[in-house]
Amino acid sequence: MYNAKYIMPGLVIFLGLITFPLWFNVLSCTRYEAPQLALPEDQQECIIDAKVMRAEHMTLLNDWRDKYVRDGEITFTAANGKIYDMSLMNTCMSCHTNKEQFCDSCHTKNSVYPYCWECHIAPRGNQ
Amino acid sequence: MSKTRRDFLKLAGACACTVAASQLVGANAHAASAGHGPAVPQPGNQHEHALHGTHWGMVIDTKRFTDPLLVQKCVDACHLTHNVPKIDGPQELKWIWPANYLETFTEHNHYLPDSVEQRSFLLLCNHCENPPCVRVCPTKATFKRGWDGIVQMDMHRCIGCRFCMAACPYGARSFNFHNPRPYIDEAKMNPAYPTRMRGVVEKCTFCVERLAQGLMPACVEASDGAILFGDLDDPASTVRKALASKFTVRRKVSLGTEPSVYYII
Ligand code: SF4
Ligand code: SF4
Repeated sequence: MYNAKYIMPGLVIFLGLITFPLWFNVLSCTRYEAPQLALPEDQQECIIDAKVMRAEHMTLLNDWRDKYVRDGEITFTAANGKIYDMSLMNTCMSCHTNKEQFCDSCHTKNSVYPYCWECHIAPRGNQ
Repeated sequence: MSKTRRDFLKLAGACACTVAASQLVGANAHAASAGHGPAVPQPGNQHEHALHGTHWGMVIDTKRFTDPLLVQKCVDACHLTHNVPKIDGPQELKWIWPANYLETFTEHNHYLPDSVEQRSFLLLCNHCENPPCVRVCPTKATFKRGWDGIVQMDMHRCIGCRFCMAACPYGARSFNFHNPRPYIDEAKMNPAYPTRMRGVVEKCTFCVERLAQGLMPACVEASDGAILFGDLDDPASTVRKALASKFTVRRKVSLGTEPSVYYII
């Protein structure tokens, strides 16, 4: 190979550098730990199974906002037949009254910064 | 297995026929379900106690607004319900506000009685039947609800271009030049309704969120009966009865926007 004695070490260094995050994580044994969330104490169930919520809440909220604002759809019927208003502030946050230890602790850890709260008002007394 | 070109062409022809046939069937089914004329859009799932109308309108009895306190009560009711920030000067935000005769109507007669010329007229978005603000909005952030005629705003979509402000002949729209939060009294903030953010336009919504909960608009509730609200399509509604028995005018009708807010003079 033309100039192999320069290219090969260069390639090795390059590969080493770009895979740095991978092997650094493995070697330093740092693990992702899911943050401890403050859950509502007086509520037994969420409007959807918590597992689904964890993965899908952003799609659900997006869906709600379009339905509520644009289609004039107000209510959401849960799988058990219970009827809720489709409202972040008046439904979600009425149970999850601690935004800091609920929304924020996960979002911050995962470097997600949704801009809901520039307009929507976080529940009082827990800020 | 070897295919000749002949086989291939036969197969392709058969496929094309199947596709065309299925499209025809589909189109027929669609035409049958659509019925006659364009479909009227319907709102999604509602509460049973929600108020229903097909063309919401308002009748403001201006004779009743001789007391500046009543005017202020209506304005405050709206602005506190919707967390409208209080900013003085040219960057003020308002959903509903008082104005005198000359500011309200473009048709002016000489020698009007003082009682009319000095009267306070409450101005707000007219929820026009033919709203120019909706026509110009490039993102459809401002739109007309097909089922009840309310001109609504989707704050999530507004890009703050302010075309709508230029288009509205009634000055019904306000722009958030700043983050509105510091201009809202924290103690009086309505925790059930969002604020807005810097860079969006806002205006009266005919209290869609209250209608959905079975409540009358906030200003109507605060007005001690001086503002009527109801369905203009329903001849038995309070607004239609008022329109049938009193002389009313609308603002700038010559522009063809067809306002849904009427003033009893
Ligand atoms: S009054 Fe202005 S903002 Fe309201 S619907 Fe008519 S044009 Fe649009
Ligand atoms: S300012 Fe917002 S609502 Fe008005 S025209 Fe632009 S995008 Fe539409």
